[in-house]
Amino acid sequence: MLKDMLTILGRQLRPAFSMLIVLSLLTGLIYPSAITLAAKVLFPHQAEGSLITDKGTVIGSELIGQQFTDHGLFWGRPSATSPQPYNASASGGSNLAPAGKAQLKAVAERVAALRASDQMGDPGNAAPIPADLVTASGSGLDPHISPEAALWQVSRVAHARSLDEAKLRALVARHTEARQLGILGEPRVNVLRLNRALDSLAASAENTPARP
Amino acid sequence: MDTASILTVAVYLLVLLGLAWPLGIYMAAVLEGRPGFLGRVLGPLERLLYRLCGVDPQQEMDWKSYALAMFLFSMAGFLVLYGLERLQGLLPLNPDGLGAVAPDLAFNTAMSFVTNTNWQAYGGESTLSYLTQMLGLTAHNFVSAATGIGVLAALIRGLTRQETCFLGNFWADLVRSTLYILLPLSIVLALALVWQGVPQTFGGAVKATLGQPVAYEITPSADDLKADLTLKPTPAPIPMVATQQAIARGPVASQEAIKQLGTNGGGFFNANAAHPFENPTPLTNFLELLAILLIPAALCHTFGRMADDARQGWVLLAAMTAIFLAFLSVCLWAEHTGVPQMAALTGGHGAGNMEGKELRFGVTASALWATATTAASNGSVNAMHDSFTPLGGLVPMVLMQLGEVVFGGVGSGLYGMLVFAIIVVFIAGLMVGRTPEYLGKKIEAFETKMCSLVIMVPLFGVLLGTAWAVMTASGKAAIANPGAHGFSEILYAFSSMANNNGSAFAGLNANIPLYNLLGGLVMFTGRFWLAIPVLALAGSLAAKKRVPVGAGTLPTHTPLFCGLVICVVLVVGALTFIPALALGPIVEHLMMLGH
Repeated sequence: MLKDMLTILGRQLRPAFSMLIVLSLLTGLIYPSAITLAAKVLFPHQAEGSLITDKGTVIGSELIGQQFTDHGLFWGRPSATSPQPYNASASGGSNLAPAGKAQLKAVAERVAALRASDQMGDPGNAAPIPADLVTASGSGLDPHISPEAALWQVSRVAHARSLDEAKLRALVARHTEARQLGILGEPRVNVLRLNRALDSLAASAENTPARP
Repeated sequence: MDTASILTVAVYLLVLLGLAWPLGIYMAAVLEGRPGFLGRVLGPLERLLYRLCGVDPQQEMDWKSYALAMFLFSMAGFLVLYGLERLQGLLPLNPDGLGAVAPDLAFNTAMSFVTNTNWQAYGGESTLSYLTQMLGLTAHNFVSAATGIGVLAALIRGLTRQETCFLGNFWADLVRSTLYILLPLSIVLALALVWQGVPQTFGGAVKATLGQPVAYEITPSADDLKADLTLKPTPAPIPMVATQQAIARGPVASQEAIKQLGTNGGGFFNANAAHPFENPTPLTNFLELLAILLIPAALCHTFGRMADDARQGWVLLAAMTAIFLAFLSVCLWAEHTGVPQMAALTGGHGAGNMEGKELRFGVTASALWATATTAASNGSVNAMHDSFTPLGGLVPMVLMQLGEVVFGGVGSGLYGMLVFAIIVVFIAGLMVGRTPEYLGKKIEAFETKMCSLVIMVPLFGVLLGTAWAVMTASGKAAIANPGAHGFSEILYAFSSMANNNGSAFAGLNANIPLYNLLGGLVMFTGRFWLAIPVLALAGSLAAKKRVPVGAGTLPTHTPLFCGLVICVVLVVGALTFIPALALGPIVEHLMMLGH
């Protein structure tokens, strides 16, 4: 009985290791390399990470959020990555229980900060704060905010930049992406792209002399 | 719940069930050695693989040889993957210069991928080189899923053949599942993912110059204090400014595709499919969601086809879908309702629980994902389950605790469900005092014992593992949220590992020796102490004659049988886990309402 088992064992050892090696090479080396090649030919921009360049320097990725704290820029969602927010080498969420003390304290602080920042722009802005502006995303790299969250910030940004609120609202509307294929996901605004558009809008406003 | 949610779920189920039928029929042909068109293209490669490995695909195996081949192959994989992780610092394709993985973490990760669990105690971008990700993890995503399909095929053959000891050839099942099922689907999905923005590059992390520098603080850790004696015992945080953003990239799409199709779930990045590079758009989210349940759902039809009675497959698929929809409704409701205290703080209402969720997916697609990824033993996440509401987080936990039979893992889900079907005919037989039969095979003492093992082993893994962890100081120190939620984190971890799921309440610091070693053990038993009894069951069934249908036979293709399967799955799960759940998510929910 034992001798039988050992013979079977011996006979199966070779295929066990050789199968592992050939299948690993096929699925672990040839397959990813072939996909890499095909991706390079078919979708070079996406394959490299959808990078945005400005005069030859990489300034970010369309898909990866960045931290913005200037009053004259739109802010993204809170990020729980460590040690700094929007650390694109160590993604992750807060993992706090949503009804736990630590989470409610963090939300209360974020609400207070947003209300304070808004005081100078629009003291009367008592509108409810959209939930995505006070909750950390799962990846800590969420590039988007909701259209409501962008509109909520318009008065602050307009005041800091001395721009017309209506123009900013139109800018937000232009940068709002609808649900994909009409039903998938949520309507959203890419914060990095919106802020770049805002910068060029502000630059062109400076170049046009104000009418007397 | 709004109309958009209902529409999303309806479209999802329609597409899923629509694709499952043709794929299921195709997979039956592949497992019977008739892969059709792809067979003509890839046939020479298949035959080359057999020749290289000295395998005769025609040579049938009995259950012991099949089990031995399966086990040896998995253990060989374990050893090689462990070695790869420990040596990655010396090996090529390591552009970010990562060093060797710590022994306990390497053990856990190797066990995790060999058992198709893909529990993620590692942080992908900060721990593993591209070579380890590809040759180690991506390859095991394929072969561990193919192994599951093999074991299932052997069980189906045991049920459908008679008076034989032969269950097929493991090597042939392994190679055919990989070449004709997993590889073609992965290639299509991977390219679709790149099109939508998932990176696929061997270039390392890229440094982006930030328009606005980010100010932050770091607090020196205990290790830093030891290394630098000039620091004060309680140092002040050191202010830092980041002017650059280092964006981790890699060959992500190729791994992402098989990670979803093979119910693996281990992420390229720490944040898994919540990371915009793993899952950049609502469309990739939809495709990946489809990939999660596609093969497990289709295998039901494969079973129906191989059993020569499509209704047998439909019954099990209907039972799975019904349980799935019931749990999905609870999760959607809980997450859309959110936390009452939040509304008071923001002055808003009705946005749902957005903590730990990505905006592009929103509440609906996140709850749908959480339900699908734990119904299947996938375990990838597109939102942080730890930050789900108490009842929203209960849903994924319970779906794993049911034994990963609601769709379940590739292969392993359906063999688990078939075991439940056998238990159902056994219980029904007890009620009317007749010898139970399933597909004409008499279910006797040996079969019942093997089925009991399959159901009991993961239950012990979950409850004993949790009990051990909460009794140790280091186990409790690892939790992130105090109180009932902390207990949920530990219960979730062992539910996930013992049932080979791999998702986590990720606040738990699982990368400590206790969780790495105990978890590795629980994953091992949860895979092989199930697969081997299933093969023994298959061997015993294959040897039996098929008895003709009689007046006392319980038909196993009726809505009644479907209802019985649902009840037995739910009752076994409920009897085992309600006490533990009461200490975790249930009490947390009551406390949330009480405040």
